[in-house]
Amino acid sequence: MSEHAEHHIVPKRVYFLVFFALIVLTWVTTLVSTIDLGSLNIYVALSIAIFKASLVALFFMHVKYGTRLTKMIVMCGLYWLLLLLFIAMADLWTRGWMGVPGR
Amino acid sequence: MASQTVPHHHADETLQHHFANPEQQKDASTIGMWVFLLTEIMFFGGLFLAYFAYRQAYPVAFASASNKTNLWIGATNTTVLICSSLTMALAVHAASMGKKKLLMLFLTATLILGGVFLSVKGYEYHDKWVHHEVPGYHFDCEGCQDAGHTPLFFSLYFGMTGLHAMHMLIGFVILIVLLVQAKKGKYNEKWYTPVEMFGLYWHFVDIIWIFLFPLLYLIDRSGRGLS
Amino acid sequence: MITAPPQVAEPKNYLNAETGLKSWLLTKDHKRIAILYLIVVSLFFALGGIFAGLIRMELATPAGDLFDSNTYNKVFTMHGIIMVFFFLIPSIPAVLGNFFLPMMIGAKDLAFPRINLLSWYIYLLGGAFTLYVLLAGGVDTGWTFYTPFSSSYSNGYVVAAGLGIFINGFSSILTGLNFIVTTHRMRAPGMTWFRLPLFVWSMYATSAIMVLGTPVIAVTLFLLVLERGLHIGFFDPAYGGDPVLFQHLFWFYSHPAVYIMILPSMGVVSEVISTFSSKKPFGYTFIAFSSLAIAVFGFLVWGHHLFVSGQSIYAGLVFSVLSYIVAIPSAIKVFNWTATMYKGQVRMETPMLYAIGFIGLFTIGGLTGVVLASLGMDVHLTDTYFVIAHFHYVMVGGALLGYLSGLHFWWPKMTGRMYSDVWSKVSAVLVFAGFNLTFGPQFLLGYMGMPRRYHVYPPEFQVLNVLSSAGASILGIGLILPAMYLTWSLKYGAKASANPWGATGLEWQTSSPPIAENFEVTPVVTHEAYDYSTVQEVVHIG
Repeated sequence: MSEHAEHHIVPKRVYFLVFFALIVLTWVTTLVSTIDLGSLNIYVALSIAIFKASLVALFFMHVKYGTRLTKMIVMCGLYWLLLLLFIAMADLWTRGWMGVPGR
Repeated sequence: MASQTVPHHHADETLQHHFANPEQQKDASTIGMWVFLLTEIMFFGGLFLAYFAYRQAYPVAFASASNKTNLWIGATNTTVLICSSLTMALAVHAASMGKKKLLMLFLTATLILGGVFLSVKGYEYHDKWVHHEVPGYHFDCEGCQDAGHTPLFFSLYFGMTGLHAMHMLIGFVILIVLLVQAKKGKYNEKWYTPVEMFGLYWHFVDIIWIFLFPLLYLIDRSGRGLS
Repeated sequence: MITAPPQVAEPKNYLNAETGLKSWLLTKDHKRIAILYLIVVSLFFALGGIFAGLIRMELATPAGDLFDSNTYNKVFTMHGIIMVFFFLIPSIPAVLGNFFLPMMIGAKDLAFPRINLLSWYIYLLGGAFTLYVLLAGGVDTGWTFYTPFSSSYSNGYVVAAGLGIFINGFSSILTGLNFIVTTHRMRAPGMTWFRLPLFVWSMYATSAIMVLGTPVIAVTLFLLVLERGLHIGFFDPAYGGDPVLFQHLFWFYSHPAVYIMILPSMGVVSEVISTFSSKKPFGYTFIAFSSLAIAVFGFLVWGHHLFVSGQSIYAGLVFSVLSYIVAIPSAIKVFNWTATMYKGQVRMETPMLYAIGFIGLFTIGGLTGVVLASLGMDVHLTDTYFVIAHFHYVMVGGALLGYLSGLHFWWPKMTGRMYSDVWSKVSAVLVFAGFNLTFGPQFLLGYMGMPRRYHVYPPEFQVLNVLSSAGASILGIGLILPAMYLTWSLKYGAKASANPWGATGLEWQTSSPPIAENFEVTPVVTHEAYDYSTVQEVVHIG
């Protein structure tokens, strides 16, 4: 009673479009990094990286055409990764907030 | 659903006895590969945590050390890897159409592009070694600000790109195996699961690099002095 | 007395289907792999137990008369590493999960039988590294490997130990991966998610934790090995490295790991309590979802191991609250189990004795965990024997008792033999009594301030320590006995019928032991789980 993945063949045109976007974005992120945006630089770089990764996942890895279970696994991966990163970083970000006597 | 249906001729040899039908087997393989990639996300995740932790603590050291990497080599290498992702996707496409020659062509292209990436990486590593930028071995970050903390950046540089390179090497070996199997005619439009599963793995390794590139190469390239 | 049905020749089952060492070492049958795991897991448990014995021998006197401090450090480190990584984490999933998950869902095998066999060999390889460490001179960092001691200062075999655990982690990951895919895609027709036995739910939740958490400790140990081997420096304070970062990475896995250890036992207890009350589990849906909740919430609390490490106080507060919340799903289960027994036809067979023991001891362990979750209390109790008592109540009183319960419950199915009723009940009582005598006093010791990982202590603590060591001997006897009578039963035990306990579940509808393919025909499930009306009247087996 499981859902089956459709045997969906992605047209080559889609692959080439995604490829083109990835190349363009690679050079965009490289060039933007040479511009001084202050603290925004990292957010721009990461946003572009996340977008590129999404393209690879959705189209090259067929997540867009996959089963609900595949999508759930990907979501779990992202959720747990963010859990690890954010909660641990929360410790590092807040360590200086409360003054400790003697320090 | 689970029935002893008339087996498909082509898939006969490839259907393992504990599966009811080829669709279930393919489905199981796909989910299995995705769960494995899930573990890889968490594996690299630990390194990303270390990266963010130390970059947050020592932004000047990280920016300074990052500038020691070659921006254009990094960008070009990223391009090479993305090309290999395209050729891999096209290889899977060719397999799904049963086009053996095209499949072998694209697998070979992926292999070559992967090889180029690794060679460039090797050159970069050698360059770092020669310039004393390997922590623990006569380390000296020349002209770096907050040099005392720069080993942390380089540890992460080698740790993260090294682990990535190791994954690519494993991919290399598997690609060769796939090529050999493809030559023998093992894959056809009814069954090409190993090619597809490897494709997932290869794309994932590409995704890791998509993040490694900006994080390691692109910190404060405007020369402002702080990230 | 139940007599075996008359037969002409020994019927074919998975044990005699093929003979010869090669047929075992190259098997793809999940049942044989489970038996292979049973053997090695038992051996490692015995080894870990020997180290426990050495610890209790040293601590019978206040002076350090058996070992010097360095050797003692190695002894408790080996005890921890072996018990955590080579017994508690693999035991139920690799033995009982491997054997019964496919059968419970009506499948012929796991999704990836060869990967299953591979996971056993990987376990052996990891074990080999650990044995090498033992023979070469040991590692003294504690099973927690805190930096910078482990990365910069320890003289023990940290790299080999780290590699051994790293490799062993892949065994865990592959098992979890196999279970997840199997549960999603290999269920027999009619076996919907909510008709699954609760043991399957607990295996699934455990597998999710294995798959999501183990890679993090893998990368942590990888970094530690790199740092020690190549001096690359991730945690080295000389470069600005942060030892607390190691702790974050370590406990991100190691806390959920304790749920890997306890969830399978909870699954066993759900099956056993239901069977020996002849009543379907009270609140099936609650138990199923609480398993998932424990798996999810278990990842949100690791900072309670870092309360006094220099972690931000704000983070500490949040982790403290979350640690209280994570107790709730477990408590729900305890209520459900006791409600299942209420007005059931309770039979005190050996598996049931262990399961009831589990409920009591796990509750004590869990409640003392909530005490430790309180930041204020933990400042005083951390690194004392209170913590040791707490986790042994949940790990031994909980996880081990669950394992023993499951082993005794499914032994007739796995081996086709019944074990001695008298000896198994005597052992259960010895285990329960010995365990409480060993670890009960340790709560008091911790409260009074005795630190953990010390081989010497002030003389005023001796009485309680002697009681604890005495308890350990009783516990030891109680644990050696099953090894004896279970082995004895293989040759001399009465032949078991298909369903000696009157349990529900697809595995009980096969022969004992089952045939190699599990089922002659793929079952089609038409009724809900735990339907006792379809089970034949149970005859007590003496």
